[in-house]
Amino acid sequence: MSDTSHSPQTQTHPDGAVARFLKATEIDPRLLGMVGALLLIWVGFHLYGALVLGEGNFLTPRNLWNLSVQTASIGIMATGMVLIIITRNIDLSVGSIVGVVGMYTGLLQVEWLPQSMGLGNPMIWVIAVVFAVALGALIGWLHGLLIAYLAIPSFIVTLGGLMVWRGMAFLASSGRTISPVDERFSLLGGGPYGSIGAMGSWILCIIACAGVAWAVTRGRAARKLHGFALRPMWAEYFVGALSCGLILVATLVVNAYPWPKGILKDYYASIGQEVPEGAFIAHGFAYPVIIMVVVVLAMTVLMTRTRFGRYVFAIGGNPEAAALSGINTRAMTVKIFTLMGALAGVAAVIASARLNSATNALGDLDELMVIAAAVVGGTSLAGGVGTIYGAIIGALVLVSLQTGMVLIGFGDGSYRKIVIGVALVLAVYLDIIYRKRIK
Amino acid sequence: MSNPNTGTPLVELRDISISFGGIKAVDHVSIDLHPGEVVGLLGHNGAGKSTLIKCLSGAYRKDAGQILINGHEVDIKDPRDARTHNIETIYQTLALADNIDAASNLFLGRELVNSFGFLDDSRMEAETRKIMARLNPNFKKFNVPVSALSGGQRQSVAIARAVYFNAKILIMDEPTAALGPQETQMVAELIQELKAQGLGIFLIEHDIHSVMKLCDRAVVMKNGQRVGCVNVNEVTDEDILGMIILGKKPPQAY
Repeated sequence: MSDTSHSPQTQTHPDGAVARFLKATEIDPRLLGMVGALLLIWVGFHLYGALVLGEGNFLTPRNLWNLSVQTASIGIMATGMVLIIITRNIDLSVGSIVGVVGMYTGLLQVEWLPQSMGLGNPMIWVIAVVFAVALGALIGWLHGLLIAYLAIPSFIVTLGGLMVWRGMAFLASSGRTISPVDERFSLLGGGPYGSIGAMGSWILCIIACAGVAWAVTRGRAARKLHGFALRPMWAEYFVGALSCGLILVATLVVNAYPWPKGILKDYYASIGQEVPEGAFIAHGFAYPVIIMVVVVLAMTVLMTRTRFGRYVFAIGGNPEAAALSGINTRAMTVKIFTLMGALAGVAAVIASARLNSATNALGDLDELMVIAAAVVGGTSLAGGVGTIYGAIIGALVLVSLQTGMVLIGFGDGSYRKIVIGVALVLAVYLDIIYRKRIK
Repeated sequence: MSNPNTGTPLVELRDISISFGGIKAVDHVSIDLHPGEVVGLLGHNGAGKSTLIKCLSGAYRKDAGQILINGHEVDIKDPRDARTHNIETIYQTLALADNIDAASNLFLGRELVNSFGFLDDSRMEAETRKIMARLNPNFKKFNVPVSALSGGQRQSVAIARAVYFNAKILIMDEPTAALGPQETQMVAELIQELKAQGLGIFLIEHDIHSVMKLCDRAVVMKNGQRVGCVNVNEVTDEDILGMIILGKKPPQAY
């Protein structure tokens, strides 16, 4: 397990221009590789559409906006799966947790709460969301207890959970589909009304860019305080400008996707006006995407800036060492699975809101997409290694493959599954090669 | 002959027993340690040295017996308890998390945080640089996972972790097993320095020459039982070897 003989050779080789650039900017080369692969997939689907079908429809505001919404629930769960896999566990039950939480949350807001609070009560969605997150957390907590204190392997506990919670979801409604969900609740799934519009998106864009500037400045100040080596000034500017540029492009894209004509007509009718000539109302960022960004930021801070995150890595690297350092590894396992359950609860909210219903199939096979997203994003199944941003890019890659196959006319499931399956194996193989080469 | 030390011992393990699945790994063993003293623990593999010492470091819980620190009985349930009594341990396996850097390992379980409760990585790295400058001035790899370090460098991280937090009682489990001659010499000098500062050190060691050189007293264990204790300056290598191999107590032992 402990590999002491080698030392990284990167320092001893004379650095090329790319290596010098990466060193100065401190950009993780694997991040670069993942983003490159993602862009390749995007351009590939777009070109295939343009050249073979006569219409490239992947790199359009509409598709990219949809992609962002479709990634939200998988992406949110993938951030939690990173922690699970880092600590050498696995959670096969997240799809079923989405199913059972979606179903009970659906019943709560459609059949139970309206009876006592009245249909359309503005508090219903709040209660439903809190309930969903709490129920997810409770299920995760239960899994964690079984794994940590009864020493049942996580594979077994969550394989059992996969079946139990799916069965519970069916029993809860005797197999019925619960629909439609509360009107405000459904906004959490995105859609024209479930987005913040052009103005809101610009405000978010400015806040995000200010955040980037603050983070870069603060990082530099902290290094200066302790007299550590500083990044060259141009590298600081480059990293800051690149981040702000990406945020700006994302904002431009979501603000270029207009409401469809039908929605425009409904909207203007509801405020008693005719649809004006050339009316253009942009979607802007969808609520589920904003929720995902908040989750990603929170999870990144948790993993890189808190004791909790440090202990997650330490347990993954060497469980005995972590225990000998006074870390309560069992309590940590329970907390990690509870967090995973809560995130599955959030995903259940988004998935059922997006469908505007709770069905039996909600979240079916999500566990495989979530695990694949984490792994494609560079999380090592051997434990100890993984990043939150990697998991999100992994989720984007998989969802892009999925929607891309649909867009180019191979959407009937079989081809899609083959492509995603091959991509998963290929991604892990490339990662293995990369790791070997840097040694 | 008898124990040359007088006064209250820094640590006293009295009648410690612990068994695993019916096998008595440690069978009613008593040892003590005084400030500024190095006590060697010797014996074959499986003699119970590491197990005994793990009762003190909190890795195991004793079945019976007492642990006294400065004459007061203490209850050590886990490694955290041991640390609150200023007991630090350098494990044979080093107990480092390979995937995180030196500073993260040094402060593992005792991280420095800022006023918002977030990790203060810069300060931890600065502190690590300070202590490493003292222990191992050649150490430069602060921003890589410890898996990328050599055996000696890893050892110095483990030692730094024990020394940084003002240990009063230091447990070293074969600290030089994986080291080259130069690094072994470095550890020997460090032990002398810490001893001079008044720390008490338990040294688990296989190499008789190291024991003769570094230790004041040596306790020999065999099959979970205490064979005897000798003042190192009153015996020869052969006497100690006889205790280890044959369980034969020389007349000087007590």
